[in-house]
This record gives sequence, C-alpha cells and structure tokens, in this order.
Amino acid sequence: MTGTAPPLIELAGITKTYGSGQAAFQALRGVDLRIEAGEFVAVMGPSGSGKSTVMNILGCLDTPSSGSYRFQGVHVETMDRNQRALLRRHFLGFVFQGFNLLGRTSALENVELPLLYRGEGVASRHAAARKALAQVGLDGWEDHTPAELSGGQQQRVAIARAIVTNPTVLLADEPTGNLDTVRSREIMELLTELNRQHGITVLMVTHEPDMAEYASRQVHFVDGRVAHDHQQPARTDGA
Amino acid sequence: MIWNTLQLALREIRRNLLRSFLTILGIVIGVAAVITMVTLGNGATKSISDQVSSLGSNLLMVRPGQRMGPGGSAGAPMFKIADVQAIAAQVSGVKAVAPETRKSASVVVGSRNWSTVATGGTRDYFTAAGWTLSSGRIFTEAEERGGKAVCVIGSTIQRELFGGGDPLGEMMRVADFSCQVIGVLASKGQSAFGSDQDDVVIMPIRTVQRRLTGNQDVRTILVSADDGVSTDTVKARVEKLLRERRKIGENEDDNFNVLDTKQIAQALSSTTRVMTTLLGAVAAVSLLVGGIGIMNIMLVSVTERTREIGIRLAIGALEHEVLLQFLIEAVVLSSLGGLVGVALATGASLGLSSLMNIPYLFNPGINVMSFGISALIGVVFGFFPARRAARLDPIDALRHE
Ligand SMILES: Nc1ncnc2c1ncn2[C@@H]1O[C@H](COP(=O)(O)OP(=O)(O)O)[C@@H](O)[C@H]1O
Ligand SMILES: [Mg+2]
Repeated sequence: MTGTAPPLIELAGITKTYGSGQAAFQALRGVDLRIEAGEFVAVMGPSGSGKSTVMNILGCLDTPSSGSYRFQGVHVETMDRNQRALLRRHFLGFVFQGFNLLGRTSALENVELPLLYRGEGVASRHAAARKALAQVGLDGWEDHTPAELSGGQQQRVAIARAIVTNPTVLLADEPTGNLDTVRSREIMELLTELNRQHGITVLMVTHEPDMAEYASRQVHFVDGRVAHDHQQPARTDGA
Repeated sequence: MIWNTLQLALREIRRNLLRSFLTILGIVIGVAAVITMVTLGNGATKSISDQVSSLGSNLLMVRPGQRMGPGGSAGAPMFKIADVQAIAAQVSGVKAVAPETRKSASVVVGSRNWSTVATGGTRDYFTAAGWTLSSGRIFTEAEERGGKAVCVIGSTIQRELFGGGDPLGEMMRVADFSCQVIGVLASKGQSAFGSDQDDVVIMPIRTVQRRLTGNQDVRTILVSADDGVSTDTVKARVEKLLRERRKIGENEDDNFNVLDTKQIAQALSSTTRVMTTLLGAVAAVSLLVGGIGIMNIMLVSVTERTREIGIRLAIGALEHEVLLQFLIEAVVLSSLGGLVGVALATGASLGLSSLMNIPYLFNPGINVMSFGISALIGVVFGFFPARRAARLDPIDALRHE
C-alpha cells in the first residue's frame, strides 16, 4: 500500500504518562498508527480515551513518554523545541475546539499571524490572508474582531489561519464541538473540500458519528489504545 | 524579522492602551524626576558661582587672625593703611589693592530710616570688590584723602530711602553725620550666603574711621590679581610680605589669613554638586521603582496572555521570537515612557527654575542618559517575564484558561 515512500505519519508504540509516582496516569498505552498523505481521518472514542493527547503529540505540541513518531520518515520524538516549532510552522495547521483566536484583533490579522512568523512581507501576507478568508467563505469580514463574529465564523477564521500556510496536515480537535448542526456541517464540508481539492491531509477528532461520516477513515480510541480502525466509502454529496 | 516583531509589539501596545499607560507611568515619573533634579541642581550651582564671582574676579581677601569668621581676629593686630600701601607698592601682579572697614549704622532720609552697613574703602575698592556704577560717580582722590562726607549707595538703599527716585546730590544722614550721595551702584543681587549685597553704603575709608569706628584699623584688605596672574602666586607674595611686616618668625603660624574667593566659589559649587548628586540619586531610585513596575506589569500581562502565547507557539513561533516580541514591547514601552518623561522634565525644570529664580540650564547629557536608562530598564525588566513566556510549553499555555 505504501510502496517505498515512507508514510506521512507513523506512530509506533507511543505512550504518554501524565504526572509521576502515585499520581501517574497513563493516557496512551502503546499507539500504533500510520497515516498516508491525502487521507481524511476521523478520530473517535469516548471522553478520556486519549484522543486529544494523541492529536497534541501528532501536532508536536506535546512529546510522547516513549515510542517513535516519524513524520515523512523523520523522527520527531528526538527533535528539540525549535525544530518542532519549525515543523509546526511549515507543515502543520491547527484548529481547536475553542477556536483560540487572538481577541481584539481583526480576522485578517489573526490569519496573517503564521505568515508574520514566517517573515513574509506585508503585501504577500495580506493577499494570502484574504485568499484564505475567501476560501472559508468570509470575504468581507476581514476587519471584524472575534467578538463581532459568530461561533461558526470564528471557527472558519481559525481554519483560514491553519491553511494560510498551505500545510501538509490539518489537525482539528473537535472543531465542531461548540457549534450547532448546521454550522457543523458547513465546517465539515469545508474540511472535505480542503482535503479533496487541495490535497491536505486532515485529522479530525469528533464525538459525533454524523461528522465522522465525512471522513474516509475512522480510528476509534478506547483507554489509550486504538480499538478499531477502518476505511469507509467517502461521501460524495454534501447533504 | 525585527520589523515584524516591532509591528507585533506596537499592535500589542495599541490593543491595551490603558495597561500600556499605567506601565510607563513609573518610568515617566522616574525620568522626569531625575532630569528635573539634576537640571535644577545645575542651575542652583550656576547661580551660586555667579554670585560668588560677583564678589570680584581673582579676588583675595586678607584678614587678621587665623580663621575666617567672628572671633577669628582675637589677639591678632589689625591692618593699617600702611599695609595696604606696602602691598600695592611691593607685590607684583596685582591689579588693585583696597582696604575695607565696615560698621553698621542707621541711615536716615527725611522720615525714612534704614539700618545698613557703612563700608569704608578707597577708589580702588570699587575695582577690587567688583562694583560698577549705575549712575553718578565714585569719590575723587581729594575726597578720599580728605575723608569727606560723600557716599555711594547700593540700589537697596536707593529703594528704601529715596523710593527709587534720583538720590544724586541729596543729603543722607549716616549715624550722627550727614553725607552727600554722589553715586548709585549697579545691583549685584543676593550673595551666595543669602544676604542682600545691594544693602550697602560706600564712603572714603578715612570718613568711616574718623566718624564711625574711631580708630585707624583696616578690617580687610582686598587684593585683586592681574588678569593672567594666578591668585595662588599673588597669595604667596602677599603672605610673604605680610609675614615680614608683622615680624612673624620662621616657625610661627600666620596671624592673618588670605582667602581666595575662587576657592570659596569652588567649595560652594562642590557643595551644591553634592546636593545635585544626592537629589539625582534619590530620583534614580524612583526610576528603578518605575522599572520594577514595568517588570510587574509585564509579568501580569504574560500570565494574562498565556493562552495567546500558546497560540503563537502553536502556529510555529520560535522561543526567541516570542522572547523578542515581549522584549521589544517592553523596550518600546519604556522608551516611550522615557520620551514623555524628558518632555515633562523640560516643562517642570523651566517652570521651577523660573519660580526659584535660578537659571535654566539644558543638560543634554542627563536627558540622553535618563532616556537611555529607561530603554535599558525595558531590556532588563522586560527580559525575565519575556523569557518566562517564551519557555512555556505550547500545550500548557493553550490549556491555560
Ligand atoms: N495535562 C494532563 N494532566 C493529567 N492528566 C491529563 C492531562 N491531559 C489529559 N489527561 C488525562 O488523560 C486522559 C486522556 O485525555 P484526553 O486525551 O484529553 O482525552 P480525550 O480528548 O479523548 O477526551 C484523560 O483521562 C485525562 O484526564
Ligand atoms: Mg479531547
């Protein structure tokens, strides 16, 4: 299935222990997972099963206690802070349940932020940010601050910020957790489009089977392990 | 990169105007205090040295006794006019030598009276003591020799006894004799010791000796050195001559003293310089407190902004970029405080120096230094909170609610 090229993401025997001694808690107990470029993966499972923990490790926001994590064949678990930051900067995009936008800052400035850290000039930053906002259907809303936007719109700004750098992987931890069904479906369609049209690999945590339907593969976590993992026929309609 | 970071920092400052204002308040006050104190101190020093030099330039004051001050002359023989003449004749490098004798006296014109000091001198006395006339003339050699009842008055006397009107030719009663006003002195203002130098009546020394003191004593001999001749040289020559005249043996101490007004000026201005330094130091402490205020607010804002830092780290900001952003924010803030402080200090110094009647001396050094220190405070006190922010784990920062 993979040929000679390494998989995009390969986790082997990943564990994560929070705390130490008496209070130690093992959130991940040996996770093996391979993800190929172009997949749209829904990560599911009961609350506390380790979904967020594994997403944070995949996103290089956190480090595993043991095991190996290879990104495009390169070991990530041995990287230092700055190397992981550069990996985030150039390959990864994040969308959080709580949006995590900068307050009192316009949508455009929020979306520009990753480009600022890449050292891009004003003109190209503005152009790219406007394009990303247009892509998530927010043209005309550039100057609004998060407080002036609805939850759905805020999550679109967050998605625009995640994709403005053309990431290889988009990681979304319960992106629709705070949204109603209609808004949730809009976000899912947006993610599907990004996956199909722009070839971005999408990993998304969700509770809701309805939302997981949009993905091409479902990975279920139980007690810090992958319980089952199956491909599914991709949805073709937007209903 | 720096430019981007600067933009980020400016954006942050604009986003939180009130907090920014409170942060820089300490710096503003500290910088303003330092500059104002030092500027006023310099002005005070200048005004004191101006007043001392109004005593006359290159002036030596020779007095009997070993020490300066009351009682110092006890036991030591007084000078006589002959001593003055000997100095004039035998000491080279001297511009003017003059005797001075003083006696307090009440002066009366019509129904107005005033208590002042009658000063006896010679024509050279005016040169030596640095007096110039605003009107009239000084006494002639004949008047001086004859001990005539003529006087030259200070502007305070003119004001108090003549109501500012023209006193020339008028008669004025001094103690129990009457003398004619022939000149008015140009004002010198307050002395370094706070007394009114213009409260003076100058007469021929013989007049004062005969009519007021009743003896032939000369209280002080004023010696002014020629331009280009050091007062130390002249002082040594005067001392040598007077030791001979007063028959003081090799191993005996002088029974007179020679005071150099330049030394007084230096002593006084070094005193005010010490005061200036002390005040400046107190103000510098307030600048330090201002710096700690910045650090405190930066720390608070880092805690407040932990989630924001998490977001920045999550989208790929490097540790040193976050550090730089916070550092630049702190430096921009504190420099802004420094600038406002400099402006405030200029206003305060101008106002206070005119209120205190001392000259305003703009001192570029202290302005540049205070501004520099305020920027430095930003670097130092901004560094620790910035480092704390930058070292946070992205996930910990993001979890922070
Ligand atoms: N920072 C932490 N410290 C201690 N325990 C944690 C921490 N984060 C998560 N956990 C624990 O690890 C387990 C997995 O958490 P998580 O990955 O957030 O679950 P999920 O996202 O699937 O709900 C939970 O039992 C949770 O309480
Ligand atoms: Mg979770």
